[in-house]
Amino acid sequence: MNDELVERIEANPKYHELVSKRNRLGIQLGAFVLLMFYAFILVIAFNKELLATKIGDNMTTIAFPIALAILVISFLTTLVYVKKANNEFEDLTNEIKNDVKDLL
Amino acid sequence: MFKILALLFITALTAFAAGDATFEATKRELNIPAIIMFLIFIVGTLGITYWAANKTKSASDFYTAGGGISGFQNGLAIAGDYMSAAAFLGVSGLIYLKGYDGVIYAVSFLVGWPVILFFMAEKLRNLGKFTFADIAAYRLGQKEIRTLAAFGSLSVVVLYLIAQMVGAGKLIQVLFGMEYEYAVFMVGALMIIYVTFGGMLATTWVQIIKACLLLSGVSFMAVMVLYHFNFSFESLAVTAVENHTLGEAILSPGGFISDPISAISLGMALMLGTAGLPHVLMRFFTVGNAKEARKSVVYATGFIAYFWIIITIVGFGAIAFLNSAEGAQYFTEGKLFGGNNMASVHLSHMLGGNAFLGFISAVAFATILAVVSGLTLAGASAISHDIYANVINPEASDEKIVKISKLTVIVVGIVGVTLGIAFESQNIAYMVGLAFGIAASANFPILFLSIYWRGLTTKGAFIGGFIGLITAVTLVILGPNVWVQILGNKEAIFPYAHPALFSVTVAFIGIWLFSKMDSSPRAKQERELFRAQNVRANTGIGAAGAVDH
Repeated sequence: MNDELVERIEANPKYHELVSKRNRLGIQLGAFVLLMFYAFILVIAFNKELLATKIGDNMTTIAFPIALAILVISFLTTLVYVKKANNEFEDLTNEIKNDVKDLL
Repeated sequence: MFKILALLFITALTAFAAGDATFEATKRELNIPAIIMFLIFIVGTLGITYWAANKTKSASDFYTAGGGISGFQNGLAIAGDYMSAAAFLGVSGLIYLKGYDGVIYAVSFLVGWPVILFFMAEKLRNLGKFTFADIAAYRLGQKEIRTLAAFGSLSVVVLYLIAQMVGAGKLIQVLFGMEYEYAVFMVGALMIIYVTFGGMLATTWVQIIKACLLLSGVSFMAVMVLYHFNFSFESLAVTAVENHTLGEAILSPGGFISDPISAISLGMALMLGTAGLPHVLMRFFTVGNAKEARKSVVYATGFIAYFWIIITIVGFGAIAFLNSAEGAQYFTEGKLFGGNNMASVHLSHMLGGNAFLGFISAVAFATILAVVSGLTLAGASAISHDIYANVINPEASDEKIVKISKLTVIVVGIVGVTLGIAFESQNIAYMVGLAFGIAASANFPILFLSIYWRGLTTKGAFIGGFIGLITAVTLVILGPNVWVQILGNKEAIFPYAHPALFSVTVAFIGIWLFSKMDSSPRAKQERELFRAQNVRANTGIGAAGAVDH
């Protein structure tokens, strides 16, 4: 990768759009997953009894749907990210590549 | 290759025959369906190895299957790497023993994946070539960074390999009634054949096949358990509570996480450690581009999440079924035959008789084989690609590198077998934890900062990385798992079993501090090189083996 190529790409507003959009989405989703997971861990550490609450008249506790929800939601966040990244971000990347085609 | 095959079959037969001799001692019938299914798996995977061997010519073929793996295939392979025997037998056994505490473990093992996708996956693909050290060494000093990365990789690989080998030996001993040493030797021989002849292509396909077998086998078990309870989790929970000595306590968190510091520390080790496991990281170089790299994480996360859901059902099913009157046949002197980790194996016998027991046993064996093959390849690439091809002999031809790689695979394999036999009767419970600790404290900080922090210098990465590595190892030795349980001291000097919270922090501070203090001309140049690296990381322009649009 030569200096001219780097400078041309860095001067391209689409490049900054790509980087900031992708970073923002990654940080938002990442923070969401981390908050969800650590909230779960901290409840276990500080207030175990809360998770021992039974669902209605059932023997099953709310701890099970919560664990299931964390697994499913973690998966869904990856789906959200990749849907955006593989369409919008990928298009932007291709446009950037197209703009510097003469140097590639 | 056929000579080796013939030799292996003879060894296998002798080993099974030897197992027959110990039949009285272990009170275990020779499991014919298991042996047949296992032989089918071996023949099938060796067929794939033969096919892959013809396609594996260059170093790129050997390490990354020429970058020709699709996102879906890679997702299955990553999930396969993660669904080791420890995950399958260990976590279902933990749920069988403690109930919900095992579920917490399972959940903690998943959340690292979304984070890897958001911050690492595509950058890894855009910057790397064969190993994660390629990324860290992109703009930093080859010699220092490669040495450190190889050190980190090999520590993780060896610890993981010992844990898997010892687990394999014991498992096969129980399942097939085979002698421990034979079992470890056989696993070692097979993995050396897969990896030396078939390289990454064979390793990936062995992993994919095993992932499919494991997912379908455990799914079948979960469905059978639920079928028995008319597909009501509540009925399953009621029976499990009745049959477990802990009673209702199995349905909520127990003593697994007692204080917030250990909880956060364990979560950190599992999350950041996953992003520093060399055998998982190298999978991101086997796909064609960043798009496929992202897709592979989505598939992997989906498969792993699904796996934990069905493992939870299987674990509670094991409580409900094995702790009943009919389950008594699986106990000797009040203990589950072969230990709690055998819970799901015995459950398979109760649910589907000898044939299904055979299938699950073969799957467990296949799981170990596939995971150790991936580990061996990762270990070999750290030596042959990072150390040999980049530090010792940068002028080496492609042919020579492949040759050295194959030699290192054999060496790593022999080391694995030797250590597996040496650690037979040792307490190895801390090893996987330590592997994750080192991955999180040495590999991850360097990798992460080299991608995101302009100010990182060779000196900072080298000193800080080693500080992280040494801190992780020292704290584990001074902690309860080694200091108390192995060395027999009364009280641990360091009170927490998982040191990640401390060792990761120390590593990041160390790297930051020594990078900041580095005002050499070389450091200045390294910071300037970040611009070009960042453009490549973000766009994939100039990435190794990338498909140009």
